[in-house]
Amino acid sequence: MGTQSDIKLIDENGLRLDGRSAGDLRPIRIEAGVLERADGSAMIEWGGNKIVVAVYGPREAYPKHNQDINRAIVKARYNMAAFSVDERKRPGPDRRSIEISKVLSEALSAAIMVEQFPRAQIDVFIEVLQADAGTRIAGLTASSVAIADAGIPMRDFVTGCTAGKVDGKVVLDLSKEEDNFGQADLPVAVLPKSGKIVLMQMDGDLSVEEFDTATSMIMNAIPRINEIQRNALSSRVKVEGGGGE
Amino acid sequence: MSSLFPVNVGEEIMKTREVVLPGDEVSLGDLKARNGLYKNGESKFCSAYFGTIQRSDQFVDVVPFWGTYMPRRGDRVIGKVIEIGPSMWIVDINAPYTSLLHMNDAPWRINPGDLKRYMNTGDYMIAKVLSLNEIKESWLTLKDVGLRKLEGGTIVSIQAPKVPRIIGKNGTMVNMIKDMTFTRIIVGQNGLIWLDGTPGNVIIAIEAIELVKNEAHTIGLTDRVKALLESKKGEIVGNAE
Amino acid sequence: MPRDELGILSEIKKGYILRQLKEGKRGDGRTPDQFRSAEIKIDYVKRAPGSAYVELGKTRIVAGVKVEAGSPFPDTPNQGVLTTNVELLPMAFPTFEAGPPNESAIEVARVVDRGIRESKMIDLEALVIEPAQKVWIVFIDIDVLDFDGNLIDACTLGAVAALRSAVVNGSAAGKEDFRLPVRNTPVSVTMVKIGDNIVVDPDLEEEQISQARITVSTTEDGRIRAMQKGDNGWFTLDEIKKAISTSIDVGKQLREKYLK
Repeated sequence: MGTQSDIKLIDENGLRLDGRSAGDLRPIRIEAGVLERADGSAMIEWGGNKIVVAVYGPREAYPKHNQDINRAIVKARYNMAAFSVDERKRPGPDRRSIEISKVLSEALSAAIMVEQFPRAQIDVFIEVLQADAGTRIAGLTASSVAIADAGIPMRDFVTGCTAGKVDGKVVLDLSKEEDNFGQADLPVAVLPKSGKIVLMQMDGDLSVEEFDTATSMIMNAIPRINEIQRNALSSRVKVEGGGGE
Repeated sequence: MSSLFPVNVGEEIMKTREVVLPGDEVSLGDLKARNGLYKNGESKFCSAYFGTIQRSDQFVDVVPFWGTYMPRRGDRVIGKVIEIGPSMWIVDINAPYTSLLHMNDAPWRINPGDLKRYMNTGDYMIAKVLSLNEIKESWLTLKDVGLRKLEGGTIVSIQAPKVPRIIGKNGTMVNMIKDMTFTRIIVGQNGLIWLDGTPGNVIIAIEAIELVKNEAHTIGLTDRVKALLESKKGEIVGNAE
Repeated sequence: MPRDELGILSEIKKGYILRQLKEGKRGDGRTPDQFRSAEIKIDYVKRAPGSAYVELGKTRIVAGVKVEAGSPFPDTPNQGVLTTNVELLPMAFPTFEAGPPNESAIEVARVVDRGIRESKMIDLEALVIEPAQKVWIVFIDIDVLDFDGNLIDACTLGAVAALRSAVVNGSAAGKEDFRLPVRNTPVSVTMVKIGDNIVVDPDLEEEQISQARITVSTTEDGRIRAMQKGDNGWFTLDEIKKAISTSIDVGKQLREKYLK
């Protein structure tokens, strides 16, 4: 976690720097089908995050020795644009983005019916255009919309949210300042219908009680976020319908 | 789930459609689950797709709005040669996997190593899926009525789940577009369509196909396509009226 | 773009486009000299002092400008530094691959860079903080999100729009925030040759079947600032002259429409 600072992140009324209370989410907007070439795509704006996701496949996995004859391989590639953060980021993968790509691939594999596509690969490209804390979770949440948009069979969506500890209090959906100066960060993703957890990472310092509070805040927020995912897809049909009904 | 897309989707069925998203429970009533659903627990069935529910006499299907083509035996598909081996063409059939056409399944007497003379890379064909195995390797044939190398014309692509709408009930939609634009059209079940005719007519036929593609999930589609074609009547070459 | 990256070109498609062109038609209803309509949103990325999202047909890019204090090149101690980088993201096209820029990405970046550099759009001499010691380095980074032909012009439009809108935080040099010293507005116009036809702003299919490509970058004074011929085919001198005058005309329209 980040360094301690003198900035007070939560005021005497329990409000955070951006005016949210502990259990509030930042504004989230998702749009599906934003790219032409990709088989499926989505754009998410979550707080100040701006992330675009493209899905290709299923397509035959290459090189051939990577193929699994029983199932499709899901390959997420999380990447931050050079201009996405205050200091210019050198283009290309680093150790952080390689690790994030791996856990996102695994989370998505849990939802996708990979067994229907032997020898195939599903590529999920996640490009962070503007970063504002919680990029992996925002990217993952948009990814499952893009995968549904591609017409790839899934058991459920994958819906994520983070919680953390700021000024000794557990809060939902950390902002950039809270992420930098907070005491813990807990990103979680679940299959919203069953509550099965498909991604969980944590760093910082949490007591068991704080962990319980954090996860219950997250589980509370999941249906709200899932609703936004669902609307991103259903509104696409209405728009494309051209007044059919 | 034996295949991803139902064979026939008639217009009437579209009227009763209901949009579902992945993981949504679908009630079956007295019907059986077929395509696009998965069993979740003892007796619960859920949608695997973002799509519409379609109920026929016996079955319930979920048809996705978009999606990739998965080959099935007997399907007529439009394919493009992407590589040539000594005795086989390797063919892109708009599926996750390439398909193979052996020279013995082509209508010509060919010597091994001489395949390029008959079909080169980039050439299109209308072929039939002859066989398919568990790991989705498939083989094509050109030996049946109507199967051949495609010459001239052009190719447009739609998504495989929309093919039933382009064809329409008993071929009504595609026949209407053919007749009203004086254009030859072949629809591959893999979502590729071949068209041939005078340039202006082909553009209008493509416009009609685009309309079906963009509004595939709506009702009253045939009427709208008909209205579009009627409005273009003056531009169509060969219109006797 | 090399052919192998664009997929196998089909004779059927090529014949169709040629027959249409013979009647002066293009697949999307444009005339040969017509640029697709573009949409440009400036200040698209808040963490960059200058940025622009460009949609040219279905080609979509984001250009971001970052400005940092750093050392000048030894041979130009009294000039700031300008660098351009283009990422052909794998999300943009089925055969684009992750990793360091390949020759296509490098060519696009260099042609975009040359148009901006040679036009002297940015007064680099005004970007010196301490001669021979410290200057402003202007990074132009471009993400290609969706590829539908004509990356060079989409990227140039984006880069120029981002540079024009940039407001730089001067604190690294103990200065006030400032706008980049912009002197003019370069625009590139790319054309391809298909059979005997030359068409402006090729879409993906046109690019796939074309024999040769020419890009001409001009400034508002009607002067040519950079050119690049690409692909294996050829142009006649007359064709090049025609391309230049087309570029000046179309460039004027683009400046008027998108870079006022």
